[in-house]
Amino acid sequence: MAKIIVDGVEVDVPAEYTLLQAAEAAGAEVPRFCYHERLSIAGNCRMCLVEVKGAPKPVASCAWGVRDCRPGPNGEPPEISTKSPTVKKAREGVMEFLLINHPLDCPICDQGGQCDLQDQAMAYGVDTSRYHENKRAVTDKYLGPLVKTSMNRCIHCTRCVRFTAEVAGVPDMGAIWRGEDMEITSYLEKALGSELQANIADLCPVGALTHKPEAFHFRPWELTKTDSVDVMDAVGSSIRVDSRGREVMRILPRVNESVNEEWITDKTRQIVDGLRLQRLDRPFVRENGRLRPASWQEAFATIAAKVKGTDAKKIGAIVGDLAAVEEMFALKLLMQSLDVTNVDARQDGTVLSPAYGRGSYLFNTTIPGIEDADAILIVGSNPRFEASLVNVRIRKRWRVAPPPIALIGENVDLTYPCEYLGAGADTLAELASGRHSFLEKLKGAERPLIIVGHGALARPDGLAILSAVAKLARDVNAVKDGWNGFSILHTAASRVGALDLGLVPGEGGLTAQQMASGGVEVLFNLGADEIDIAPGAFVIYQGTHGDRGAHRADVILPAATYTEKSGTYVNTEGRVQMANRAAFAPGEAREDWAILRALSEVLGHRLPFDSLNALRAKLYAAHPHFAAIDTVQPADGASAIQALAGIGGTPGRDAFVSPVKDFYLTNPIARASGVMAECSALARELKLEAAE
Amino acid sequence: MAVRKLAPEELQPESFAFSSETEAFAEQQIAKYPPGRQASAVIPLLWKAQEQAGGWLPRKAIEAVAARLDMPIIRVMEVATFYTMFNLEPVGKYFIQFCGTTPCVLRGAGDIKKVLEKRIGEQNHVTADGKFSWLEVECLGACCNAPMVQINDDYYEDLTSENFEKLLDDLAAGRPVKTGSQIGRNRSEPHDAVKTLQDPSLYDGSQIGAWRKRFEEQAQPAATGEAAAATATVPEAAKAAKPAAGRAIESDAADTPAKRAKEGEAPVNPTDQKEAGDASRATKVEARTEDAAKPAPQSGKSYVASPGKDAVPTSPTTPNAGTPPAEAETRRDGSESKPGVTVDKDNKTS
Repeated sequence: MAKIIVDGVEVDVPAEYTLLQAAEAAGAEVPRFCYHERLSIAGNCRMCLVEVKGAPKPVASCAWGVRDCRPGPNGEPPEISTKSPTVKKAREGVMEFLLINHPLDCPICDQGGQCDLQDQAMAYGVDTSRYHENKRAVTDKYLGPLVKTSMNRCIHCTRCVRFTAEVAGVPDMGAIWRGEDMEITSYLEKALGSELQANIADLCPVGALTHKPEAFHFRPWELTKTDSVDVMDAVGSSIRVDSRGREVMRILPRVNESVNEEWITDKTRQIVDGLRLQRLDRPFVRENGRLRPASWQEAFATIAAKVKGTDAKKIGAIVGDLAAVEEMFALKLLMQSLDVTNVDARQDGTVLSPAYGRGSYLFNTTIPGIEDADAILIVGSNPRFEASLVNVRIRKRWRVAPPPIALIGENVDLTYPCEYLGAGADTLAELASGRHSFLEKLKGAERPLIIVGHGALARPDGLAILSAVAKLARDVNAVKDGWNGFSILHTAASRVGALDLGLVPGEGGLTAQQMASGGVEVLFNLGADEIDIAPGAFVIYQGTHGDRGAHRADVILPAATYTEKSGTYVNTEGRVQMANRAAFAPGEAREDWAILRALSEVLGHRLPFDSLNALRAKLYAAHPHFAAIDTVQPADGASAIQALAGIGGTPGRDAFVSPVKDFYLTNPIARASGVMAECSALARELKLEAAE
Repeated sequence: MAVRKLAPEELQPESFAFSSETEAFAEQQIAKYPPGRQASAVIPLLWKAQEQAGGWLPRKAIEAVAARLDMPIIRVMEVATFYTMFNLEPVGKYFIQFCGTTPCVLRGAGDIKKVLEKRIGEQNHVTADGKFSWLEVECLGACCNAPMVQINDDYYEDLTSENFEKLLDDLAAGRPVKTGSQIGRNRSEPHDAVKTLQDPSLYDGSQIGAWRKRFEEQAQPAATGEAAAATATVPEAAKAAKPAAGRAIESDAADTPAKRAKEGEAPVNPTDQKEAGDASRATKVEARTEDAAKPAPQSGKSYVASPGKDAVPTSPTTPNAGTPPAEAETRRDGSESKPGVTVDKDNKTS
């Protein structure tokens, strides 16, 4: 620790802190453009100038260490000033230079109202320009369908270049030419190849990079901000949903150090148009092979007639990937009251089950825990597309000091180098038997991390593979006091919550695959769109979009998406998070729990709650851990791993295939989105190009 | 800075592969850096690739360098676009870098530029036969022989429109040309006969270093009669430092050469000049035995050690100006490496 006096306030900060960090620790605000906490230091905007006592001229505080400051003549702590007239004058000079080439187009700029340059010009700008030459003009660059450029506005902070190279791990962007001619671009203006690219528009302190899909749609001050969580993958990124009236206008990341830091994927951000396209806004009933609009009463009556005439053994329920805990709980109670045991929330056919303990299906290490791992083995997963922000954490860990990382499964580019061991369960067996040198690295590691993805689990022999991995984890001592390195990477936002609720087939019950392939006569489908339901069964689809599930439905109950309801989601770590309502569902669509509550009355098994709060009270009574919002209830890893290792079985020889075939089209909301379709087409093109 | 851009697609070659020579060079360069730091060799590799590709960097060459150094292409692109000596568009067989900085302009670079514009056309424009292209650059550091141009790897100095035209004719026709000064100047020596620094007394220690002897002689009496000298220098009647405010200054204050010139007299009084130049006033210096042996202060290695009297040469070290380069002992000659430009020792352009 080192002492430093900031504006007369003495603070004790770590010696490796920069002056900017020290100033913030002392409560002084320092303006900046290029500096960003999560990126490397560039020191090129010069806005963060401060005065250091004894230094002949102002210094850039973002690039000057506390330990580099000279103490006073009698050993006093070094002294800096962030508010002196010199500093103000210096910053005003910097601001004047920045504004020389910055166009005065704030009225037509999408960054207006949320612009760092605008804000800081209020403090350090002058009202007129002394510059009478021509301004620099730069051609706009094409960077893909998500980021719109207006390069005249660029102040060359290089945050975007550093983000793509450091965090996203796709060194696409750069600053070419030099001096006044310097331009930020991608190589030959190719579209960026990152699933995190839209974050560069958030990082841009000016309006040079803005979000293309939302260009000219709104002003930031018109929007109502709602904190929520994302359901596009099982990471559960913290987001802020901005809405205007009934419509969600944009989704932004929220800082959450334990989950997404401050990034979100492009899918999380840009499915906004999918929230209003292809929506089911009224109930439908199939008559003579055609769906026709119906009233809620008609729809419920049709269902009741069908359910009453069917044996409970021939009724089933499948839960999709986007369902919140509340409606799953309501569905579970409803099915219990109907004596139905055919309940399954695992439409992808994964073998995970609460039977082996909670520790058998969580990402036990937790996402921040990845940063402590000292050897990483990824089995049957492509974290870059299944859980991009988990991949960002692994990359962050790799950047600190590269640990040994190995991959079994598809040989994909994870943005960091990793040892590719093989494609399938055979390789896993070879590794376990010690025929790969990587086993030694795992064994030698103090905190080994084994990530198992659904490429290895969502298949008939998944249990045998899971057991083999558990055995390996036990052998390398991955689960011990203070460290649980056995982690399952989920891909569906609802999955962990469903497993916590026990939404798996009861005694003699059928799995989702069995139900879908004709095992039941009446199938209640709560938003499961990734499963093909064989003809024959009477399907009640409760969901949001006219997607696969709705096409196969006999009765459609229109429901609310995650931005239109308050719902609890549990992410892959087991972190319980709450999504809040930012807008209302369109037309006659209702919140899911309310639909189930209404339906239960028609079916004659009234659910015991009349409000969401009453439902939650029941839920928390039955499953107390759902009440602990934003926390992870640690699971007993040792017993889970013992239970799994004891299963045994012989894995098949098929290669592991990631369940995420197209990152941009994994759920009904994304498939309804035009922006996602464009991204998907582009990604396919890039893939083809790369394959050439 | 001139606007630079990548060459249009139709000029870009289909492919680019390192020749064996370039590859050997690349290996040698990469070996200079620790493993994993091969990216440090990016500038030498780009330079060599530019040489191989005929004086400019096609896109494929940039990509080849990136692949060779395991760097993202955009990072190599950043370097290639930053440095103006990497040409991104095709250049002529003779790529002329014309110096347009002040000293050359003062010595007539404007005429040279006119020749370039007349014979080759605009900057960054290759002639139809592919022989020439030119570019105005900043100072190339040969101001002494201004105006000058650099053609490929060689300097051509002391240009006039006539000899530059001839130079271009010779290059176009494939005739051998002479590098360096085009008027027979040896390196950067004065062109005409050497007129200065020729007095042998400059080199025998009689003038340079004479101040010490004089100083010592004058210091001697001052040291003995110090008190008397001190009182003696006190002015008897102190003058006011400034003229009284408001008093008109009636005449020029000083007796300056400019004033004298204005009044039609010789600027410098011939008698004064003669006295000042009188060799009898200079004193011969004695050998500085105690000082000469001392090293220069604050450095173990002396770059400034002045030779003692014994080391003073008896004649000027520089040969007489006007010695033809052919007769000079050494030549600044990078032309051997340049194919197509043969240097004829007997060729005198001027």
